[in-house]
Amino acid sequence: MGELRLMKGNEVIAEAAIRAGADGYFGYPITPQSEIMETLMVRKPWEETGMVVLQAESEVASINMVYGGAGCGKKVMTSSSSPGVSLMMEGISYIAGAELPCLIVNIVRGGPGLGTIQPSQADYFQSVKGGGHGDYRLIVLAPNSVQEMNDHVGLGFDLAFKYRNPALILSDGVIGQMMEKVELSDYKPRLTEEEIIEKYGDWAHIGKPANRSQNVVTSLELQSEIMEKRNQHLIEKYASMQEDVMYEEIMTEDAEYLFVAFGSSSRICQKAIELARAEGIKVGLFRPITLFPFATNQLKELGQKMKGILTVEMNAGQMVEDVKLAVECKVPVEWFGRFGGIIPSPQEIVDALKHKIIGG
Amino acid sequence: MADIDIKDIIREENLVYKKTDVLTDNVMHYCPGCSHGVVHKLVAEVIEEMGIQEQTIGVSPVGCSVFAYNYIDIDWSEAAHGRAPAVATAIKRLMPEKFVFTYQGDGDLASIGAAEILHACNRGENIVVIFINNAIYGMTGGQMAPTTLVGMPTATSPYGRQIDLHGYPMKMTEIVATLPGTCFVTRQSVEKAAAVRKTKKAIRKAFENQKAGKGTSFIEVVSTCSSGWKVNPVKANEWMTEHMFPFYPLGDKKDCEKDPAEDYEKYMKG
Ligand SMILES: Cc1ncc(C[n+]2csc(CCOP(=O)(O)OP(=O)(O)O)c2C)c(N)n1
Ligand code: SF4
Ligand SMILES: [Mg+2]
Repeated sequence: MGELRLMKGNEVIAEAAIRAGADGYFGYPITPQSEIMETLMVRKPWEETGMVVLQAESEVASINMVYGGAGCGKKVMTSSSSPGVSLMMEGISYIAGAELPCLIVNIVRGGPGLGTIQPSQADYFQSVKGGGHGDYRLIVLAPNSVQEMNDHVGLGFDLAFKYRNPALILSDGVIGQMMEKVELSDYKPRLTEEEIIEKYGDWAHIGKPANRSQNVVTSLELQSEIMEKRNQHLIEKYASMQEDVMYEEIMTEDAEYLFVAFGSSSRICQKAIELARAEGIKVGLFRPITLFPFATNQLKELGQKMKGILTVEMNAGQMVEDVKLAVECKVPVEWFGRFGGIIPSPQEIVDALKHKIIGG
Repeated sequence: MADIDIKDIIREENLVYKKTDVLTDNVMHYCPGCSHGVVHKLVAEVIEEMGIQEQTIGVSPVGCSVFAYNYIDIDWSEAAHGRAPAVATAIKRLMPEKFVFTYQGDGDLASIGAAEILHACNRGENIVVIFINNAIYGMTGGQMAPTTLVGMPTATSPYGRQIDLHGYPMKMTEIVATLPGTCFVTRQSVEKAAAVRKTKKAIRKAFENQKAGKGTSFIEVVSTCSSGWKVNPVKANEWMTEHMFPFYPLGDKKDCEKDPAEDYEKYMKG
């Protein structure tokens, strides 16, 4: 049993990063996630593990610091909230193009624009469909508890290095700010220089010994024939990520109806299930944990057995498109959500199920 | 007269000059007369002379020198347009025992990357910055840069840069010299042998500063871009000497012999 603590989601991200053996964090303050860098600055991990923590001049700089650090074969990360993550899009595209591993945390707030500092899930499209330019995908993890905020830091780094691809934790102000019991991960030592040379010496820019050719981290390729092959390789890599797809099913065995929800919405849906079942409505929950790769096949199999599906999101209806694609529109799929920083109540969700699916 | 074979000429004792092995044998893509190639050679020579090829990581920009990694035989990171100082910051902080430098054009450093260079210099990142100021965007076909001189025609200032329309040319070197994090700030050129020697000395000093942990060393090289300026290489050198040097005066702007932190008190007093 690991160390038990009562902690805020954002603070856990910082603690988990230190324990995961992260080499560097680069960030810029923005609500509702500033506690991540604040916690790191209080913890001073550079004295404990040697981890570098730096407040950058902007999110543009932070993501490019991540590009530089990741290119060294180091475990590096940044965190921000929606407007800041928008600023990072160019850098994220470069990191994906250069096939570098890193972790990005987005504690989403309502948009568009400066929007609201209240929680939202409106950055689903930006996270799973691209956001930056070019054909690329991020590994996207959607924690729905403070415990998973802890777990997904280590998992995010592992997947990022497994695929040499940026991983993004898509969370929101509810989970970032909420306090829950958490079992912290055990400390993993940072890799030594020798270990980095051994593991990543064939691509990381760590200094070129006389007996090997240059390592150049770049996303540039002007020859179309080679660039097309690179794109092809990336597409195959993204497809291969299906083996790491993660999802959770709750009370689906006897279900006639299904909620599909991720992150904080999925927590509210669990309460909505209780309320609905008390009224005799057999509803369950399908919760994608990895938003990319998306559990398309698993949702197809389960979803097509249902009388109807309600996708619940704190946005204007984004994941619902992927749910419809998964079940190939063979069962009715509707969307319910609140936005602008409003969190839907469990009763609202039950009412929406009745109006949009059961009565509809 | 006895026949002289080429092998008789290429003999150890006749050797007066040799291309450094730190430069690759790739044929450079630069236009004739372009300053980039000369500066690449100087950086490579300094790396060789200091024996730091295995410990040096370069960060190339977006601009004509985006492919600097094809010519200098070390490990490289190719940064997004303007972001090289942020990339270099992380590399140096995560691997403080390595030598890290950025190589940037004037569009890259003074325009889109103005924030990154100012803050890297202000933090006193222990890196070397090589800044190629040719007063134009060479790579994209000769558009106006923040450094373009008043009256100078470019593709986006076809009637010459006008102050009321485009603002003033920027002197980045003077600006970064005011920041306490920089330890060595100089402006050099490479249009003649004496200037090339001076620039090389400056680059050497910059890398020595990094070795000594002194903070940011910033070397501007006032450069030509004959293609962007639409003149031949000889004319480009003449034009640079006549028009660029008066506005961008050569020489050291700042050279802290000691730890730059000791200059901080002076700085705080203004
Ligand atoms: C974000 C972004 N904006 C614009 C460009 C297009 N672009 C490529 S190079 C360049 C200017 C380069 O000029 P400079 O830095 O002076 O380098 P030079 O070619 O003159 O050496 C521009 C605008 C780009 N690659 N990325
Ligand atoms: S366009 Fe200008 S900067 Fe670019 S290679 Fe040609 S001369 Fe050099
Ligand atoms: Mg230029």
